[in-house]
Amino acid sequence: MATDNLAEKIPDFNGVAPIQGGGPVDVSALASVRRAKGFKEISKVLLLGILVVTLLEFILIWTKTPLYIFPRPTLVIKSLFHDFGPLYRQPLLQTVQEFFVGLAFGASIGLALAVLVTLKPGLDIFISPYIIIMVTTPMIALIPFLMLKFGFGMTPRVIAVALASGPMVMINSATGFRRTNAELIALGKSYGATEFQLFRKIRFPFALPMIIVGFMVGSIFGLLTAVGSEMVGGGGGLGNRLVYFSSLVRMANFGAVLVIVATFGVALYSFFTFVNRKYASWQV
Amino acid sequence: MTQGTKSRIDIKNVSKIYKTGSGTVEAVKNFTESVKDGEFVCVVGASGCGKTTLLWCLSGLHPSTLGTVEIDGEILNAPMPGKIGMVFQDSNLLPWRTLMENIELPFQIKKKPINHELVEELLEVAGLKGFENSYPGELSGGMKQRGSIVRALAQDPEVLLMDEPFGALDAFTREEMNLFLLKVWAKTKKTIVFVTHSISEAIFLGDRIWVMSPRPGRLARVVDVDFARPRHIDLQFEPDFISILKEIRTEVEGSKAGKGN
Ligand SMILES: Nc1ncnc2c1ncn2[C@@H]1O[C@H](COP(=O)(O)OP(=O)(O)OP(=O)(O)O)[C@@H](O)[C@H]1O
Ligand SMILES: [Mg+2]
Repeated sequence: MATDNLAEKIPDFNGVAPIQGGGPVDVSALASVRRAKGFKEISKVLLLGILVVTLLEFILIWTKTPLYIFPRPTLVIKSLFHDFGPLYRQPLLQTVQEFFVGLAFGASIGLALAVLVTLKPGLDIFISPYIIIMVTTPMIALIPFLMLKFGFGMTPRVIAVALASGPMVMINSATGFRRTNAELIALGKSYGATEFQLFRKIRFPFALPMIIVGFMVGSIFGLLTAVGSEMVGGGGGLGNRLVYFSSLVRMANFGAVLVIVATFGVALYSFFTFVNRKYASWQV
Repeated sequence: MTQGTKSRIDIKNVSKIYKTGSGTVEAVKNFTESVKDGEFVCVVGASGCGKTTLLWCLSGLHPSTLGTVEIDGEILNAPMPGKIGMVFQDSNLLPWRTLMENIELPFQIKKKPINHELVEELLEVAGLKGFENSYPGELSGGMKQRGSIVRALAQDPEVLLMDEPFGALDAFTREEMNLFLLKVWAKTKKTIVFVTHSISEAIFLGDRIWVMSPRPGRLARVVDVDFARPRHIDLQFEPDFISILKEIRTEVEGSKAGKGN
C-alpha cells in the first residue's frame, strides 16, 4: 500500500475502529476502564485500598523492614501532611508549570499539524516520519543536549514535554480527522459546505473522542518526560526531589514525592476521562 | 403519470473512469438518458456495475470523466446545494446532534433560516413527531433513515438522489419505508433517482427502471412500469409485477454470467 499513512501505523486508543498490530505504545485499555458506580461500589473500592495500605504497613512492621528499603505508609502520609509546605509545594509548582507550558505548546502545534495533514494529505508522508521518530524516541534523551543550548532553566524541560506530548496529540487527532466517514463529508459538500464548515461541523466533532484520547496520552507522556527530565537534568521539580531524597536515603520523603507524582498522573487521567464522557459520549 | 414533459436531468454520453494502482476501471460507460420533471427513476444492476458511481456523477460531487450532466439545462460541475439532495445507505445522521439539530445542519451550512413549516410537515409524514430531541443512537434504523430523508427534503431540492437508502433495513421496515417514500413523493413531486439492489423495490417504486450491466457499467435496458398509483403493497403478488420482475432478473443475471463475474 503506497498510501499507507500514519493512521495505520499508530495504535488506536478508543476502539473507534481498532487497528491491528499495535504500535509503539498501546494504552487503549486506559480509556476504557469501567467506572465504579454508586456509593456501595465506590466504598468497596476505597475500603480495599485502605486494606492494602494497612496490610503493607503491618507487613513492613512484622518483617522489620528497615526504613531505607521501604518506607512505611504511615510515615509517608505523615510526611505528606507535615512537610508539604516546606518540602513539596515548590517542586510541585515547578513540575506543574513545566508540564502545562510544555503541553500547551506541544498540543497546539500537534493539533495544528493534524489539521494541516488532513487538509493537505500530500504533506503527510513528509511530516509523518518525524512524528514517528518523536513518538518512539524518549524525549528525556534530549535533555543533556537541550541543556547545552538553553541552560539550566525551565526551557529545556518545557521543550522536552512539548516534544513528548505534541506528537501524541497530532497522531491521534490526525487519525480522528482522517477516519471521518467519507459519506458524511460528501453530504456536507452536497449542501455546499466550505472546507472550514466541514471541519467545524463534521470533522472536528467526529474526531473529538480521538483528540481527547490524544490529549490524555500526550499529557501522560508529558508528565513522564517532565519528571524524568528533572531526574536527569537537575534544577528542581519533583523529579529532582526524587533523586535528592533517595540519595540521602530519606525514604519517607521519597515516598511522599512519589505519591504526589502518582496523584498528579491519576488526576490527569481522570480529568480527560471525564471530558471524554461529557463531550464524546455519543460514540458509545 | 402526470410528470411534466420538461426534462430535469440530461445525461449525455457520461463515462467515469477510475484510476487505481493496477490500472483503470471503467465504472460507467457511454451513459445517455434523461429524467423528466417529477419522475421516479430506479437504477438496478449487479453489485459493482456502477450504480453508485452514476449517482455521484449526477450529484456533482464526482465529475464524470467524459460527457456531461445537465440539470435544468445547466451543466453540472459542482454540487448544487439548492437543487440536489442526497440520501445514502447509512442515514449519516451526525450522532452528536439530535434529530432536529441534524435537520438544521444544512440550513446552518447555507446560513439560511430553518423552514419550520416544511420541517414540521415532513416530520409529521415521517412519523417522527416527538423524536425531534432524540439522538440518532436512540432511534431505530428505519426512523434514522426517515430522518435523513426529512433532512434532505427540508432543503426543498428539486432532485433527490438516493443510494440504496433502505438497503440496511429488514424486509418489513423496508416495505414501510417504500410506502412512506411514495407518500412523500406524491406530496412533493420531486424528481427522484433511486439506486437499489432489490428489483422488486425498483418495480414497486419507479416509473421507469434503468437496468445496468457491469464492466464497463452501461445502460443495458430501460423498463417502463405503468402500474397505477397510489400503489398497494400487495402489488408485488400480481402476475404482471412478477413477470416484469422475472424479465429484469434475467437481464441482470445474464449480464453477470456473460461477463464471467
Ligand atoms: N473510488 C474508486 N476508485 C476506483 N474504483 C472504484 C471506485 N469506486 C468504485 N470503483 C469501481 O467502480 C465499479 C463500480 O462501482 P460502484 O460503487 O459504482 O458499483 P455499484 O453498482 O454501486 O455497486 P454496489 O451495488 O455493490 O453498491 C466497481 O468495479 C468498483 O470497484
Ligand atoms: Mg453502490
